[in-house]
Amino acid sequence: MSALTGTTRLARLVLRRDRIRLAIWILGTPLLGYALAGSVAGIYPDQDARLGYATTSASSLVARAFNGPIHGTDLGAVVVAETYVTLALIVALLSTFAVTRHTRQNEETGRAELLGANVVGRYAPLTAALLVIVAANALAAALLAVALVGAGLPLAGSVAAAAAIGGVGVAFTAIAAVTAQLSVTARGANALAAATVGLSFVLRAAGDVLGEQSADGTRVRSAWPSWISPLGWGNQVRAFDGERWWVLALPVALLLAGVALAYALAERRDQGAGLIAPRRGPATGAPLLLSPTGLAWRTQRGTLLGWAVGVAALGLPMGVAADEFNDMIDANPAAAEAINAMGGGDDLIKAYLTAMLGLFALTIGAYVVQALLRVRGDEADGVLEAALATAVSRTRWLGTQVLAATLGAVALLLLAGVTTGLGYGIVIGDPLGQAVELGGAALLRLPALLVVAGVVTALFGLLPRWSVVLSWMALLVFLLLGQLGAVLELPQAALNVSPYTHVPAVPAVHPAALPLVVLAAVAAALLAVGVVAFRHRDVPS
Amino acid sequence: MPVISIGNLVKTFGAIRALDGLDLHVERGEVHGFLGPNGSGKSTTIRILLGLLRRDSGDAQVLGADPWRDAVRLHRRLAYVPGDVNLWPNLTGGEAIDLLGQLRGGLDRRRRDELLHRFDLDPTRRCRTYSKGNRQKVAIVAAFSSPVELYVLDEPTSGLDPLMEAVFQDEVRRVKQAGATVLLSSHVLAEVEALCNRVSIIREGRTVESGTLTELRHLTRTAVTVETARPVTGLDVLPGVHDVHEVDGRTHLEVEPAHLDELLGHLIGFGVHALTSTPPTLEQLFLRHYGDAPAAAAASADGPADRAGSAGAPGTGAGPAHGPAAGAAPAGEGSHADTQADVPQAGAR
Repeated sequence: MSALTGTTRLARLVLRRDRIRLAIWILGTPLLGYALAGSVAGIYPDQDARLGYATTSASSLVARAFNGPIHGTDLGAVVVAETYVTLALIVALLSTFAVTRHTRQNEETGRAELLGANVVGRYAPLTAALLVIVAANALAAALLAVALVGAGLPLAGSVAAAAAIGGVGVAFTAIAAVTAQLSVTARGANALAAATVGLSFVLRAAGDVLGEQSADGTRVRSAWPSWISPLGWGNQVRAFDGERWWVLALPVALLLAGVALAYALAERRDQGAGLIAPRRGPATGAPLLLSPTGLAWRTQRGTLLGWAVGVAALGLPMGVAADEFNDMIDANPAAAEAINAMGGGDDLIKAYLTAMLGLFALTIGAYVVQALLRVRGDEADGVLEAALATAVSRTRWLGTQVLAATLGAVALLLLAGVTTGLGYGIVIGDPLGQAVELGGAALLRLPALLVVAGVVTALFGLLPRWSVVLSWMALLVFLLLGQLGAVLELPQAALNVSPYTHVPAVPAVHPAALPLVVLAAVAAALLAVGVVAFRHRDVPS
Repeated sequence: MPVISIGNLVKTFGAIRALDGLDLHVERGEVHGFLGPNGSGKSTTIRILLGLLRRDSGDAQVLGADPWRDAVRLHRRLAYVPGDVNLWPNLTGGEAIDLLGQLRGGLDRRRRDELLHRFDLDPTRRCRTYSKGNRQKVAIVAAFSSPVELYVLDEPTSGLDPLMEAVFQDEVRRVKQAGATVLLSSHVLAEVEALCNRVSIIREGRTVESGTLTELRHLTRTAVTVETARPVTGLDVLPGVHDVHEVDGRTHLEVEPAHLDELLGHLIGFGVHALTSTPPTLEQLFLRHYGDAPAAAAASADGPADRAGSAGAPGTGAGPAHGPAAGAAPAGEGSHADTQADVPQAGAR
């Protein structure tokens, strides 16, 4: 028992440190679920629409890959198909990062050593983190069930669907508990766990694609790869279609196995050490590294590479899906209308491609925020102080970071457009032409991303302490306005807040120069404010 | 022209007055000790000198230029070792050294390799795997690899072992020989005594003492123990003599340096068998200024007492422990208690 001494106190510490994060997580997941369920109910109001949706979803390989298997025509089943993957990925990543934050990150920073020297058992820190995170998943799932019932869905199915989401969180809590033992750095532990999330997605997609369509055409029976993916288990619960409750035992079993393995690993390793040894590196700095630009490239290339792989892996199938999209639209006019509202224009395929490029632009906004906030991370760590004590001006330092983030955004936008174009082009027999056209169309989103960069830079200059939280919140607002604004019929004035609203809906409509120029001007003004404010403030502050 | 010239410097963080009229003057070619208790404003001063923080008021000149306005130009001429070294976790130590050197405007490769060898630092390890001492070494090697005019060192040797401490002292002497100026903030008093021509002691954002070590010693009393043939009398009327008490036939007392001669003349009349005189150590100097007993400094001498007395804020004496001296001195016993506490430390030196 002594190995667990202090667990309760440490759990309280976890709660205290994460009180805001946990509150957003526990309340945000059900709210998002409620909003999504509401908008899906609006798009597929009657049995006919849902029958059309279910048969197309069951026959479309792309829909199976991205939305998972459909289980019948109940409104709940459609809601699950439309929302499950998004919510599951969110809770998987939230759980992963939370575990790492309270285990490996503490070891990396030395906080664990400070704590461990007190009356604290060997397993106490890990156990405390897992207790809080599993409880958060359970609570979020309970509230999600309430939200789904509140959105008008049947009780049993709502509970099963919410529990499935909670189960995904619990499963990845267990996986992160193990990866936190393997890597020496928090970043490495997160990367390992995130890679597991990615692998689970691929396995689940493969299993669902290889699955069989049921005789009535409205159901998919997944193949075995879905069963070895924690992301796939949630679908196998078959919420709203004769729930199979026993499947929920799988994440619980994984949790027990993961905790046992993590304990065993913790028992066998030194504090602060991992099972993956850090590699040595060059004794001298390569000439290309030795400048702010070189450093920016060096510190961001890993992140950029990860993003590039993700973007390309999404772009190709999204492009391929464009052709299948015709069948789906024929079966469901309401969905066509929804896509049209997002993309605009008359040509539905172009509207779809426009909507996809818009989604990419929003997602790549997260890259811009992540890349630029490194400056704030460097400031908080004290690295910025050392750098600014050399003969590098603040303007040059910050300018380099903005430039690096912008170039990264250009590369990712281009990649998104080109891969989507290739996917679509291969299907219709014009890969090169489509790659060029969609690559160009994607690049027209750059001014919106520049505004995102401007917002982050201005926040970093003016409100450094709040810049991390506010930057992500700004991007979230843009995301919600862009994705749900039209569905929720928000007033245009509200939609205009987001720079993404003003990007020409290319390729659905012809590009207009004026909005791009205005966006670029706004971005330039925000960047200038950020740089000037940074030049005039204390470092660190 | 002084290399560093600070007058009446004020810096506030919200309601906290971190620097409250600080003065600091460092002449070309000197190694200047910059001393003060934790939280007294040393790092804040250094960050203002580096143009990282903006002063609220007062004058600050570094190498004849404004540290805030001319930061970049100045930084080509100085090198900085922060007190808490943080580095890019995924760069190796060698890469971090080269990067910092290059950003500063170039480094001497031969010196860099020599320093790596002398400090016994493995440059192929990632910065995240370094201990505190090794991170400190990276910053020290990066700084001393650059031939600059001014080295700003903020507690550079915290975390270094004694062997490395010696290497560090050699390096400071080397750059001094080459004509460079060094501002050395440190808590390692032996290091300060070994290296510094002059020191400035600050407390609560103000300079309380500044001068050569010899000058500062004169502000502090010498401890004298004397064994005489006949009991010593008449000490209470001698000027500058304090805290007289007898233990086992030996007389212990403290005397202000200015009155040492009169005291010796007086003692001779009683048949001196043995006499030890312990000059004030730097520790004692510090404990007076760091500790919460400004009264001790005020009582120490007639002449310089005003300076010392005005420096330590009067009225703070009754508070809880702010420094080592206060911990040793029970409240109310006043000045001599903390002086007594110093004696064993002096012996240990």
